[in-house]
Amino acid sequence: MSGFYGTKNKTMERHVLLRDVDVPNIREYDVYVANDGYAAWKKALTTMKPDEVINVVKDSGLRGRGGAGFPAGVKWSFIPKDIFPKYVVVNGDESEAGTFKDHQIIDGNPHQLIEGVALCAYAVQANTSYIYLRGEFYEPAKTLQRAIDEAYAHGMLGKNVLGSGFDLDIHIHLGAGAYICGEETALLSSLEGQLGQPRLRPPFPAVQGLYAKPTVINNVETLANVPPIVLHGAQWYRQYGTEKSPGTKIFCVSGRVNKPGNYELPLGKYTIRELIEMAGGTMDGRPVKGVLPAGSSAPILPANLLDTKLDYESVQAAGSILGSASFVILDDTVDIVWAARKMVRFFKHESCGKCTPCREGTYWALKLYDKILSGHGTLADVDMIGEVAGQMAGKCFCLLGEFATSPMQSTLKHFRAEYEAFIANHQGGKMNGYTDELIREGVLAGPEGVITRH
Amino acid sequence: MADLVNLTIDGVPVSVPKGTLVVDAAKKIENDIPVFCYHPKLKPVGMCRMCLVDIGMPKIDPATKQPVRDEQGNVVIAFMPKLTTACTTPVSEGMVVRTATEQVRAAREDILEFLLTSHPLDCPICDKGGECPLQNLTLGFGPSVSRFDYDAKFHNEKHVPLGDLIYLDRERCIQCSRCIRFQDEIADDHVLQFHDRGRGMEIITFSDPPFDSYFGGNTTDICPVGALTTADFRFKARPWELASTQSLCTHCPVGCNITLNTRLETKSGGYEIKRVMPRQNEQVNEIWICDKGRYVHHFTRAEDRLRQPMVRRDGRLVEATWEQALQLVGERLKAAGTSVAAVVGDRIANEDAYLVAKLVRALNGAIGMSPSVPAHYADVARAFGVGAHANLAHLGKGDVILVVNGDVEEQAPVWFLRLRQAVVDRGAALVIAHSRSTKMHRYARAIHRYEPGYAARWVADRSEELIAKESLKDARNLLIVFGDEQLDGPSARALAQGLANLLIATGHAGKADSGLLPLYPHANTQGVFDVIAGADRAAASNGANGKVGADLRSPICDSRFEVAWLIGVGDASDAPSAGFTVVQELFMTALAKQADVVLPALSFAEREGTFTSGDRRVQRFYRALPPLGEARPDWWIAQEIAKRLGHSWGFQGPAHIFADLAHSIPHYSGLSYEVISKSEPQWPPMGRGDLYYGGTVYDNTGGLGARYASDAERDPAGVRPYDGAAPEPTIAGLERRPRPLYRDGELIRRSAVLASHIVPAQEVA
Repeated sequence: MSGFYGTKNKTMERHVLLRDVDVPNIREYDVYVANDGYAAWKKALTTMKPDEVINVVKDSGLRGRGGAGFPAGVKWSFIPKDIFPKYVVVNGDESEAGTFKDHQIIDGNPHQLIEGVALCAYAVQANTSYIYLRGEFYEPAKTLQRAIDEAYAHGMLGKNVLGSGFDLDIHIHLGAGAYICGEETALLSSLEGQLGQPRLRPPFPAVQGLYAKPTVINNVETLANVPPIVLHGAQWYRQYGTEKSPGTKIFCVSGRVNKPGNYELPLGKYTIRELIEMAGGTMDGRPVKGVLPAGSSAPILPANLLDTKLDYESVQAAGSILGSASFVILDDTVDIVWAARKMVRFFKHESCGKCTPCREGTYWALKLYDKILSGHGTLADVDMIGEVAGQMAGKCFCLLGEFATSPMQSTLKHFRAEYEAFIANHQGGKMNGYTDELIREGVLAGPEGVITRH
Repeated sequence: MADLVNLTIDGVPVSVPKGTLVVDAAKKIENDIPVFCYHPKLKPVGMCRMCLVDIGMPKIDPATKQPVRDEQGNVVIAFMPKLTTACTTPVSEGMVVRTATEQVRAAREDILEFLLTSHPLDCPICDKGGECPLQNLTLGFGPSVSRFDYDAKFHNEKHVPLGDLIYLDRERCIQCSRCIRFQDEIADDHVLQFHDRGRGMEIITFSDPPFDSYFGGNTTDICPVGALTTADFRFKARPWELASTQSLCTHCPVGCNITLNTRLETKSGGYEIKRVMPRQNEQVNEIWICDKGRYVHHFTRAEDRLRQPMVRRDGRLVEATWEQALQLVGERLKAAGTSVAAVVGDRIANEDAYLVAKLVRALNGAIGMSPSVPAHYADVARAFGVGAHANLAHLGKGDVILVVNGDVEEQAPVWFLRLRQAVVDRGAALVIAHSRSTKMHRYARAIHRYEPGYAARWVADRSEELIAKESLKDARNLLIVFGDEQLDGPSARALAQGLANLLIATGHAGKADSGLLPLYPHANTQGVFDVIAGADRAAASNGANGKVGADLRSPICDSRFEVAWLIGVGDASDAPSAGFTVVQELFMTALAKQADVVLPALSFAEREGTFTSGDRRVQRFYRALPPLGEARPDWWIAQEIAKRLGHSWGFQGPAHIFADLAHSIPHYSGLSYEVISKSEPQWPPMGRGDLYYGGTVYDNTGGLGARYASDAERDPAGVRPYDGAAPEPTIAGLERRPRPLYRDGELIRRSAVLASHIVPAQEVA
């Protein structure tokens, strides 16, 4: 189970989150405790009122690491005090393309997550927590379960934790493989055994969440930040990052780089260009063509924006979103049309089908990309892609549909010339470099003349 | 009013109750915001995105908490950055809604274009074509050209049986989930669900048997496309070919308002009912009907309908003319003197029963109704029934619904839907006493049990305990639903009386939304009782606890008469024996086969008349089909027989008869065809041109009917408790088995689609 991350990239003297890089075997309870583990939990239970925990998290400025960047402490303060039971739900669905940070926390530093969950539960006075992990995390789930068992065994979880009178149970739930279940309300539906589709808001989960009870939903990485914040204080945390984006953030770097992996960095300190350098630069030193800052959901940033600082505000100002900070680096060998189709296909595959624009728009858009890739495209089809994306934008039920427009709109914006060149170079439906892939995906008929999948 | 919220929609000010959704508020001022997934009877989901509008709120100064005003003094409106779904947004004070902007117009066009990309556009062969919200809204708001490559269209299965009554066309489905939500929220039969996701998301049924519900037909009415069709109607006719006639369902005491859609058929040589559709009556069935009401109509044009009078000659029934048959009946009645017994079935219209009773009284004969058991308690149900203006939609928090010895879903399906909503959605408390479990038990706050047949005993013995335990005196209203299964007449009467005593003891007798609600077997049990028992004005005027209809409770089936005249009794076991039997029927029933004269009657679809529902609402039904063969309405037959006995009444038709009826039956005083034919706009507005909003339910132009007041309501001072004694159960009572909805009978047996659902009769009720 360990060693999944061949490269444990050391980017900070002392990591806040990826402490498995600094401390070997910190996934073991004893090692974790020997390195300040559960100190924050003890401190909170013995010296802090629940509201004080909320306040220190508020003061720290910690923003949700799942993608939306909503201040965690503020979210916790929305939980009504007088309705029970309440729940803490941990979003470990981690499905955004190119995102693998939660995986490393769960596998490498699980106790820090458990401690963060415990602190959050105490802060909002929830006695039950569910950690929702994507189905493919069955191996990390074992590590996490072992850690939870250890925490129970040492009295850190369960009834009357450390004699404080506070009870806390943590359960792990594995999803069944849907991107949409990373959307918090769809995650709740899935957790309840319903179809994984987003719910209407309001009511917000803080008021009516899991089983219609007040519920905090936070990302794995967000909660892993909480123990050091509670232990060392908000000011200590604010030594990292910027005024509006405090703290450190794990940047998942993948794509055409030499050292893909997780890089924990203070927010706002480095630029995208520096991040690529930390990741060993591009393969063969080829020039960067574009960067996806948050997997397939984020609008692509072209190479001329590589000096954008790595914080929420700067990336937004550059025309994209930091989101889960999963940087996919595309160099000049990557065909943008092919890449855009890949992402549109992903969204078409993962659209939950609930709302019309996402269900029908992704289907339509993919049909257009398929037409182009198979050598039948026209410039009108390129325009149509922009039309379809524009028609979806702003009308979808949840963000999945809105995100699905990013690869279309942003590649058209920055790389329209590539589309035009692609159309010019692939005409008449002749076999091309993508034919095999399209056959594999069932778009084109194979040698037997049979379309295998639809 | 304090709970009204003021907003403007396209500049038009509108005030609506707090909590109203923008889409409904717009509807109030006839601004039709197009919708697909939204349905005013279902919870909003905001899935289809068709109702996107531009919504703004007054900008509030954070310091003063007052609205910000511009230089002209107008409130500054902050519009939301994106369009918002009108179906999920409740109104708020000062809200400004814009539905006529270019942005909104474009959004509607965009959503329709998306929906049509995956739609097969097979309108020419689609059953919904002509009454299809997708067609209508496309014409109204859609793009004029298709930009989607037709060859790239998504294809899917087209004839998927969801059970044997409903078919699904997966291509036409637009994933609005109305059907799923109807089954979950209204019927509480969780049999449909979405399967898979994205463009592959489709409706499946996961129950066994599939689509197991008594209410499934309603999903085809609210389906905004031709995805769901009934096995009964699919490919049978185009909507624009259909004539529609306002009618009533005859199968249970609810009195659902329906519309009969008919078409001229060359093969059968005349008009046929092609489908039965709900007709909106918010006080009765809202917009729903059950599948029995929807699918049991084939009997009206069954091959074996009686079309010609028959008389017995040389031991065999042979066809005769009306003159011959009526002459014979007249002669035998004359010869019989007072030894005459008439039995009227409880699906016979008020006017018909009234004339039969009028004649029998003139002959000084005996009259009874079939089934006979309800005659034992119909006067009690009438005396302490729900108030004249009661509506099940009023029941909610603070009210108690007590169900005793009744299976509401099986015996009055639409009452089940409405009572369930009162309990589940609005918080009424449900208390059930029964010897067995029913679907209603799911929602009960308290369940009491007794041995079969002991319902009356249980009420007599446990009333005080029940009043204390369920705090019945503190309830805002007490509605008591009761049935007569496994009870004989005296026990059923004792049960009704015991429950009436419960109303009196708790102070609920005569209150508007309190009272008894009897689960009678058919549509006009109350009406037949009223007109045959109340023909004697003196007996009827005794008030709440009078001796009305006492003679109806004497078992005439135990006596022998010279002539027995059986009108629409089916194969009733409580028919008297006689030297000469006249049977008036639709079919050659077992009783008819042994009769001396068989007179062919018209069904409800071929004539007009009135029924009185289980909750005493008198409603009209109209003629949808031309007469069949020589068959005649029952009232005509009665009048013709009377004529041959020297009584020249000269009634011109049901309206004429009803006027006489209302004059002589005190409870019906003040009612007339004019009164019960009145209709008024209902909320939510449905059944008009804008089918998209509520589905293909028909608008009510035939009348909402009127309920006559209960005795306890008319004369509160005259209310007295009954003697509370309850008799021992009898074998005859215990043999009256529960009546399932699809129990075997002459009518359901002739339904082409329900055949496999019929539950063999254990009891003739």
